[in-house]
Amino acid sequence: MKGASYQPKTDEWAIEATALVKVFGKHRAVDGVDLAVRKGTVYGFLGPNGAGKTTVIRVLATLLKPDGGSASIFGHDLGTEGDEIRSRISLTGQYASLDEDLTGMENLVMMAKLMGYRRSEAKVRAGELLHAFGLEEAAKRQVKNYSGGMRRRIDIAASLVVTPDLLFLDEPPAGLDPRSRNQVWDIIRALVSGGTTVMLTTQYLEEADQLADRIAVINKGKIIAEGTSSELKASVSTGTLNIQLADAADRPQAMRIMEDKLAVAVHSSSDAASLTAQINDSFRVADALAELARQKIAVSDFSFGRPSLDEVFLTLTGHAATEDEPQPEEGAS
Amino acid sequence: MTEFVEQREKGENELRLAESIASSKRPKPPSGISSTLTFATRALLRIKHVPEQMFDVTVFPVIFLLMFTYLFGGAIAGSTEEYLQFLLPGILVMTVSQITMYTGIDLNNDIRKGIFDRFRTLPIWLPSALVGSLLVDIVRYSMAAAIMISLGFALGFRPEGGWLGVLGAVALILVFAFSLSWIWTILGLIMRSEKSLMMVSFMVLFPLTFVSNVFVDPRTLPNWLQSFVEINPISILATAVRGAMHGTATVQQVMLVLVVSVVMTAIFAPITIYLYRNKK
Ligand SMILES: Nc1ncnc2c1ncn2[C@@H]1O[C@H](COP(=O)(O)OP(=O)(O)O)[C@@H](O)[C@H]1O
Ligand SMILES: [Mg+2]
Repeated sequence: MKGASYQPKTDEWAIEATALVKVFGKHRAVDGVDLAVRKGTVYGFLGPNGAGKTTVIRVLATLLKPDGGSASIFGHDLGTEGDEIRSRISLTGQYASLDEDLTGMENLVMMAKLMGYRRSEAKVRAGELLHAFGLEEAAKRQVKNYSGGMRRRIDIAASLVVTPDLLFLDEPPAGLDPRSRNQVWDIIRALVSGGTTVMLTTQYLEEADQLADRIAVINKGKIIAEGTSSELKASVSTGTLNIQLADAADRPQAMRIMEDKLAVAVHSSSDAASLTAQINDSFRVADALAELARQKIAVSDFSFGRPSLDEVFLTLTGHAATEDEPQPEEGAS
Repeated sequence: MTEFVEQREKGENELRLAESIASSKRPKPPSGISSTLTFATRALLRIKHVPEQMFDVTVFPVIFLLMFTYLFGGAIAGSTEEYLQFLLPGILVMTVSQITMYTGIDLNNDIRKGIFDRFRTLPIWLPSALVGSLLVDIVRYSMAAAIMISLGFALGFRPEGGWLGVLGAVALILVFAFSLSWIWTILGLIMRSEKSLMMVSFMVLFPLTFVSNVFVDPRTLPNWLQSFVEINPISILATAVRGAMHGTATVQQVMLVLVVSVVMTAIFAPITIYLYRNKK
């Protein structure tokens, strides 16, 4: 049914949401969000701290009632079919959500029993997960003594006691070292290869770029761009042109020609023989290069880089994705 | 995504992961009783790992009993032994009522630590999370009662109602404690921080426990205060408990406690469950 035999069909949506709104006091934390996530894919939800990512996820996971709009998960209405939805989803929140005083094993056994396993089966399942996540040695230690990476893994393991059809992962690598982060990425990939749909939020462009089939960029409660990573990059038509001249003496003339042909500012970099420009019309690049050739200015090397997602984000929002430090949520102490 | 997976060498780790993830089945959701027992087990495991939390049902009652017996015993009743006969049932009621407060604090911690959200996304009968821990709390309260009564006995407490009376009295206290707990769960769900929760809880507890007939005979009080003391549920309970322990309780006194408990549960439990389900 899932996974290998997956055929894209227009009605095969894991998540469909229309005009979701969530208001906290006067603050519109989620302000008209539309989403469509296809089954069996990874959907990245990218935005700076405070953009509304967690709130959207909490609404979709039935933890918060929306103040406007509607949504369905696997065709089940969010407002009326909460139980059906809850039996198919799992949520790994932004902060570890286990009983820190219990051991890893005890936590997983508890979760398995709450999912309906009998005690003996629950122990077997907990053991399997601890083994798979490389936590066997820590099984009998209290979770409060785990390292950040171990906590994150046990937290995800607790969400996978029964493989969910849809997994929400809120900022999976928050505060992890690179090795643990790679482990978390492996887990996500393994899940998807088994047919699970994953929706993950992130402040890291790299992560969205690497993991997600499609990405929605959210800022101040509104989705400001949506598409595959390449579509997003293409939608912002800036790229950087680098030109390396064979002879540094040609630079002033080359600079004049390029400014003329590209109609943008051309910068000379510290390397005396190179020039760079931010391009918003790639057709002009060929023009400029042809003109340089006509004027017998030899170009030893050039590159025309497409923008990174970071640059896309910068263009869309006017500020960098991760410029601000995570602030404590208001009200939490 | 598929492209990415193909590019990647499937390491042993990833295979192992994929296997164990795929091997899971989907059992039928647990019954309400089964999930309640699971939550009760959790509470017991917490006691095992954090035994300090038993202070409130072991050390506090001992301190309270000694303190009030010797502090007030001479002053109010003339002799500590005589006062103990009057005081012990009341102080037992007061102590157990006060420690019910921790139910709210535990719930509040669960909410702030996020585990509450995890429970709420499970396909379970949601109140079982509360009922399970309340069951274990009943065990804790029984311990507090056992410790205080034993100590009281050593100090000269002689219940005229016999052991049956004492057991009946403890049963009344437990029923009442269960119903009182729902007030703390409401506060635990509403208050944002542990500090503010503690403050509000004490603001409810102090008048309730001290402006009662636990320490003094209300006939010595001014009229306006006397009427509050008389309708105070803690007084109603203390009267019945005192009566049961000394063999003078009337059916009416006992019924009154049960009615108060049922009414409190009927009002506060549904509010708790409503807040629990609709917590922002
Ligand atoms: N329970 C709440 N009460 C009041 N405001 C909230 C609450 N939860 C989130 N917010 C506010 O809503 C906005 C979006 O928050 P959130 O969804 O957590 O953003 P993100 O996950 O993208 O960092 C923030 O301004 C945050 O302060
Ligand atoms: Mg967040």
